[in-house]
Amino acid sequence: MSAAILFWSITLAQVVLAAAMLVTIYRLIVGPRAQDRVLSLDSMYVVAMLLLVTFGMRVGTVIYFEVALLIGLLGFVGTVALAKFLMRGEVIE
Amino acid sequence: MSFDDIPLWVAILVAACVLTGAILTFAGAVGLARMPSFYQRIHAPTLGTSFGALGVLAASAILSSVGEGRFVAHEVLIFIFVSVTTPVTLMLLARAALHRDRVEGSSEVPAAIEKPIDQ
Repeated sequence: MSAAILFWSITLAQVVLAAAMLVTIYRLIVGPRAQDRVLSLDSMYVVAMLLLVTFGMRVGTVIYFEVALLIGLLGFVGTVALAKFLMRGEVIE
Repeated sequence: MSFDDIPLWVAILVAACVLTGAILTFAGAVGLARMPSFYQRIHAPTLGTSFGALGVLAASAILSSVGEGRFVAHEVLIFIFVSVTTPVTLMLLARAALHRDRVEGSSEVPAAIEKPIDQ
């Protein structure tokens, strides 16, 4: 009983998170400006991180958690670099 | 760890947390797609990074704690990091967008104050 509840709730959560990622990809394609695309990339890495956490819940190994932690660390750096680029036109001054 | 060893109330709690987190993240993504201007859109994904991440990460922490029989809370690291860094990135992005709009001479954003009032 609890196995069925866990399996189907995690599956449904993965479907909903994948739909959220598709919606952010829509914003990434439509734009209309560069800051909209950076914003959609920022929210996309958060959704990808949560999707990896749900995969880790399903499998029960630690490796998905570590990948999610790396995505959380490096996505921050990427968004800061892109925002800096939009502000100044170059990343390192 | 197999799912059959988990007690029923823990399974229901984990299911409620993970579904709430996923649905809130989806609501934030829909807000990102549907809001009319950039300065309104920048508010929507924070729903996913705050309460969406809280739900999914709490579900993962509860499930692994009960499954292994000891307190496992690595997920707190991810939540602390995401909730600390998201305001910084969104503030930088909003300032960059404001700067770009001002350089273009857009009439929708307020102009920069040339000389601060209180000096």
